[in-house]
Parts: sequence; C-alpha cells; structure tokens
Amino acid sequence: MQRFRRASAAVTIAMVLGLASGCGQSQADVQGGDTLRVAGPFEVHSLEPTASSGFFTRLEVAETLVTADLEGELAPGLAEVWTSSRDGRTWDFDLVDDATFHDGTPLTPEAVVNALDIVRKDAASPLAEAPIDQITATTSGVRFELSARHLTLPAVLTHYSTMILAPASYDEDDRVAEMIGSGPYRVDRVELPGTIEVTRFDDWRGTPPEIEHISYQTVGRAESRALMATGGEADIVWHLEPAGRQQVEATDDTELVSTLQPRTIMLKVNNEHPILGDVDVRRALSLALDREAMAEAVLRESDLAATQLLPPSLTAWNQPDLAPLEHDVDAARELLEDAGWTAGSDGILTRDGTPLRLTLLTYPDRPELPALATAIQASAREAGIDIEVEVTNSSEIPAQHADDTLELALIARHFALVSDPLVTVADTFAPEGSDWGVHNWSDPEMTAAVDALLAGPSEDRAAALRRTVATIAQEQLPLLPVAWYRMNAAVSDRVEGFVMDPLETSWHFSRVRWAS
Amino acid sequence: MGVLIPAAGPARVARVLAGRALQGLGVAVLVSGLCFLVVQRLPGDIAYRIAAGRYGYDLVDAEAAAGVRAELGLDRPVWQQLLAWLGDLLQLDFGRSLVTHQPVLSEVGYYLTGTLQLAAVALALAVVIGGTIGTAAGLRPASAIDRLTDLWVATVRALPAFLLGLLLILVLSVHLDLLPSAGHGGATSIVLPATTLALGLSGLVARVTRDAVVEVRQSEYVRFARTKGLGERVVLVRHVARNAVSVLVPYLGVQAVVLVEGVVVVEALFSWQGLGHALVHAVFWRDIPVLQATALVLALLVVAVNAVVDLAVLWLDPRPRRQAVTS
Repeated sequence: MQRFRRASAAVTIAMVLGLASGCGQSQADVQGGDTLRVAGPFEVHSLEPTASSGFFTRLEVAETLVTADLEGELAPGLAEVWTSSRDGRTWDFDLVDDATFHDGTPLTPEAVVNALDIVRKDAASPLAEAPIDQITATTSGVRFELSARHLTLPAVLTHYSTMILAPASYDEDDRVAEMIGSGPYRVDRVELPGTIEVTRFDDWRGTPPEIEHISYQTVGRAESRALMATGGEADIVWHLEPAGRQQVEATDDTELVSTLQPRTIMLKVNNEHPILGDVDVRRALSLALDREAMAEAVLRESDLAATQLLPPSLTAWNQPDLAPLEHDVDAARELLEDAGWTAGSDGILTRDGTPLRLTLLTYPDRPELPALATAIQASAREAGIDIEVEVTNSSEIPAQHADDTLELALIARHFALVSDPLVTVADTFAPEGSDWGVHNWSDPEMTAAVDALLAGPSEDRAAALRRTVATIAQEQLPLLPVAWYRMNAAVSDRVEGFVMDPLETSWHFSRVRWAS
Repeated sequence: MGVLIPAAGPARVARVLAGRALQGLGVAVLVSGLCFLVVQRLPGDIAYRIAAGRYGYDLVDAEAAAGVRAELGLDRPVWQQLLAWLGDLLQLDFGRSLVTHQPVLSEVGYYLTGTLQLAAVALALAVVIGGTIGTAAGLRPASAIDRLTDLWVATVRALPAFLLGLLLILVLSVHLDLLPSAGHGGATSIVLPATTLALGLSGLVARVTRDAVVEVRQSEYVRFARTKGLGERVVLVRHVARNAVSVLVPYLGVQAVVLVEGVVVVEALFSWQGLGHALVHAVFWRDIPVLQATALVLALLVVAVNAVVDLAVLWLDPRPRRQAVTS
C-alpha cells in the first residue's frame, strides 16, 4: 500500500509538470530578442482567405495581384502591370518574374487562376460581386473576361480575400489546409485563434527584410495590451484604448503612433420609417448630436467629431468647404415642432399621440460603439427624442435591414475595404439599399453621380462628381455621420522604420529594422 | 457524490465506474439535445450570426448570410438537422466548426487541453497555499494565525479575479519583469493565470481545511491516538490530515468543475485559450457543432471529476471499507 501511494504521488506530480510543460515552447521564447513581438485585439478565425481577417496579407505571407501604397494608390503586387480593353470588359494582369511560393514551386498563371476561381465562389469576398465570366491563364499572366464594364477590378484585387496561395495550400474541398503564400515571410506556426509565427522567406524575390521572426499574439483585453506595451513584452501593440494610450505616452521607451483611418462611425437610418422618413426629423436628430463632446468623452479627441460623412483621410472625397454638421438643440426642437411634434409631460415629444421613440442597434466588436450609442441617447433626449439602445451581434443590422424592421443602427463603416473608396461609396448609396449603407433611400442625382464615377470620367469631372455625392449626403442625411476614427499602435524603441498604413493593406513589417 | 455501499474493494470501484459511465451517457444525450434546441430558440438569424463570426463585421451582409445558409443547409427543417447531427455523433463524427472550418474534435481538444492545464495547476497551487494556511490555523484555533487566516480568506474572496489578475500583472510582470503578462504558449505563461485562480480559490480551501482540522482534532479517535502516546506529528499526518482530506476532496471536486466552466474572465485577461472562450464564441457565433461538442465535453468532465472524487474518497477515507469490519 505504502509503495502504491508513493508511486501514485509520483504519477500525480509528473502529470502536473507534464501538463505545465506541455504548453510547448514557442518561437518567441526560443528566439528571444530576434523576434518582433506583435499583439493585437483581433483573433485569427480561419485560414480561409475571406475569413482570415487579412492577417496573412498584413504579415506579408500572402500577396495579392494588386496592392495599395500608404496613400491608398494602387501599386503592383504579384502583377507588375495591368491593362484593360477599350470596353473595360477584358483585363490582362502580367505577373512579376521569379515569384515562388514558400513550398518552392513557381508562381504560375495557372496557380493564380486556381486561387482566384476558388475565392470568387465565396459570397462574402468582394471579388464575388465583380461580373466575371472567366479567368484564364495567358503566357505572361492572367486574363479576366467580364460580362460588364468594371473599372474598379484592380482595386477589388487589393482585397485580402484575393490572396494568391499555392495549389498545394488547398485540400480536396478547396479549403485552405496550409497557408503557402509567396511573400517575404512564410508561416512557421498558426495556432487558432491566438497565435501566428512567421519567419523570413529566404527565396523572396525582393529586398530581404531585416527582421527574421515575427510573432503575433491575440490579446483581447485592452488593459492587458497596454501593460504588455508599457512592460516591454511586445514591440508593437495594436489598438489601445484611452487609458492605455495615456499609460504608453507616459513611458519613455515606447511611442504611440496613430493615423486617421478611412472609417466613419455613423447612424444608419431607415428612411421609410414613419418618423425617420421625414428629412427634417433626420436633420433635427443630427442637430441634437453633440459630436464634439462625444468624441472628446469617448474617443478622447474632439477633432474626431465628424463634420461630414467621408473623413479627411480620404483626401479626394472629403470636401473641406462643405458646411459642417452642427450641434444646435434649439434648432433641432424648432425643426421637430415644425414637423408637428410637441412636448409631452415627460419631456418626450409626441405627435398624434405617438411618442418620438426609436430603437438604436449597435454591436460590441468595436468597444467605442456602445459608449457612443449611450452618448447619442443622452444627446437626443435633450431634444425630446427617446432612444432605446440595444447592443447586439453585428449581423443583426443586415438581418433587420433585410426584413425592414431596423430603425436606427450605430455602425463603423470602412470606406476603403478595397483600396478605391468608390467601390464602398457606390455600395453605400446603392439605390436598392445597402446592408452597411443607406436603407430605403435613393436619390436620382446621387445614383447618376455614382454611375458616372463608375464609368471612369476625366479627373476634373470625377472631382465634381465626388463633390456632388458629398453634398447630397450632407443635405439629405440618409446616414448621420457621428465620428471619424483613428487607429493607433504602441511601438517600442527597439525597432525603427515602423509605418502605419491607414488602409491596413499591410503592416509593412518587412521595412522595420532593429534600432541600432 | 454517490452513496458508497460497503463492498469488496475492486467490486466497489467497478460499481462506482459503471454508475458514472451510465450517468455520462445519459448526460451526453440530454445535454447535446438541449443545446441544439436552445440554439434554435435564441433570437437572431443563425446564418447571419455564422457569417458575422466567419467574415467579421466589415464583410457580413445579406449575400454572405445567404452563402452560409446554402452551404450549411440551414433552411432544412430543424428535426432533420438534429437527426443529421445525432447520426454523425453515433459514428463519432463531430464535424467541422461552421465558422473556422477546423475539425470540431481538434478544436475542442485544443481548448480542453488549455482548460485542463490551467485548472490542474490552479488547483494544485490552491491546495498547497490554502491547505498549508488552513492546517496552520486549524492546529491553533483562535490564535493570531487563525485570525490572519480569516483576513486572508475574506481578502482573496472579496477581490474579483479580474482585479487580482491585473494586480499580479502589475507587480510580477510590469515592475519585476519576472513573468509574461499575457499569452498562451511559453511554459511560463501559465503561471500568472493559474496563480490568479489559485489565490481566489485558496481562501475557501483554507476555510474548509481549517474547519475540518479543528473538527477532526476534537474527535474521539484523535484524542485516543494521543492518549495511546502517538507524537503530535504522527497524529497530524496519519489521523488529522487524512480525515480532513476526505472532507476537502469532494469540495475540491466541485471547485474543479467551477474552474473548468467559469474562468472566462481570467482566460480573457491573460489571453489563455480555454473552453470558456470556446463556449462564449460558439454561442455568439451560433457555431452549433462546437457548442454541442463543448457542452458535451463539459458535461462528461463533470461526471469524470465526480468519479475521480468518489474513487479518491474511497481510497482516502480511513473509515471501515471491508464488509467484515462493518458486520
């Protein structure tokens, strides 16, 4: 019995130790100082290009045919040059020479066709919306044959879902079993949902990057991320919240880098709603919003208060001389009075016995949205509008759009998911409505302006058309802009050469160097 | 805890195991069926939720949801979907996650490993810390040590895990630079989350140990052991500790279950990948196969922990275990 007891104690101890060491040794531990350690809030859900959240293109593991530079201009990726036929229905993309996949196989036109044919079947990819008849391999690259003119095709091909992976990446069901790209870094280890480790790919055709290893770690809590940045446990930490930003700014060896992102936080409005269908009610709601105070209180930067829909980071689209959206509660009340709303006993306006009561949906994926939603609720209350806030899953917004039950939704719309904002703007103001754009609203002048832009006019004409789009949006307020958005990162002084791409096409770590 | 009928050793063990196995099977069928029904009753359109999980809020739209619905056959009647799942389960095929496309078994296995590692280390630490403090207090009731123990118990119980974890990160990670604050990979990254859980748990372990030790020490058999001239150390190890442990073990079993199921906050704070994370995401995304498998694993784990506790008590409890003695 005694011996048995001793033996079982030994087994127990061995099990506990085994479990603890079973966590394994990660690259970051082994490599120590040679690894660029990156932490961010986003999880790696999948290796599937469309569901990969762009991790593998941002880490420069996989490449797209076309990419975008820091100014958002199209730049060569795996395609060196591209041309379209006069009718805009045939596009040729010539591939760069010497590109190889990480498994050593050459990057051939056939491999490109294979990857693109798989992704365009995925309904969520922007490529699925392009009117593609077929994609074929040519001697020097690939040819797209379209059923309709589609001038934004190169911009769509900057989207991460159109990444080109080696044929060996896919299993028999065309699912990505292994991430084999062609970029300057190759995947060492992916542990869904929290870890990606990459190593420099020595056969990369371009200038070899200086950083040899990169590890990305998902850290969901903003508090933990801030502590990792200030404690020197990560070299680059994405997305700090206000308290964490202050902590980082007070630390000597870490710098806070930020840039305006082409993202607008706005209220999506059901424009056929019995109350919100009236443009004066929308204007009143807009006037009731104290955007500066909200931006200051929630985003800790009053300059982020939106004065129009398209943010200044979209230089071609933002119109600096457009009359800005203002905060004026008295004017809001006057507008509502003119529209027949009178104050009830509880301060809430009523018309024909119906209180001015609206439901606002939002989602918690971006933590500032619920906070802004309650600020909007408070602002609207001052003008006599009662808003009930419901924080739910993001998909509830397109779902309620589809069944027409949506009243108001607070959303954060990215205007450059593909590098040309025109694609997103056209979708936002589509006359039939858009899941993340207008709801039951169309304007013939707006539709004509967007169609004219899609037809590829001269630059002068395009500038005038973009102005028309911005002006109609400001006057009609089918969407109520609330705030613009700034992305940030804490960057350790161990590294230099870090640049922040507002479109997040790439994290450009291949340009980063160790500080001397 | 099941009632243990005195019988011959191996037969009793077999009986405990057989009982628990049967219980496990019943729980498995019940839990997975309930899970399926609950997900169907949750508000919101399943296809939209899955699409949001897959593609993120920037890409989820009606087309993506329609794509998901067609791919997964979500427009089939609910009973057909349930039957299909049960059929697969009978062939031990858990399928793939609707969101990540990973095989459910490997995904749940991964999170389960994380949870078991964390729970095992946390429990071991809690027993060492709480057991030591509790025994010291129990040996000298109403002394200064006993009062300090009360203070310890109140403090660690009152501190929420979230705050305790942040304090530990600040001290051990940021200021002393001893341990990584967050992550799931390096062998050292388990220390902080496990310590956070262990400290919280050590309060109750100390309390239960202390009371058990006090009670056992006042018992007649301990007084008899002393009377017959055994040294204080031998009395403690052979009589007090063993009898106190048989009270503590069932209690630890309950705590182990709580640890496995309820550590989402600590997992999130330290970016530790565990079943809590899997369960929350599966509910949020309506990832039915992962949700069912996770719930199944959790249910079976409860049964397994109870079986282990039964066996441990059977082995530890010094009270009569042979028919010959009781009759």
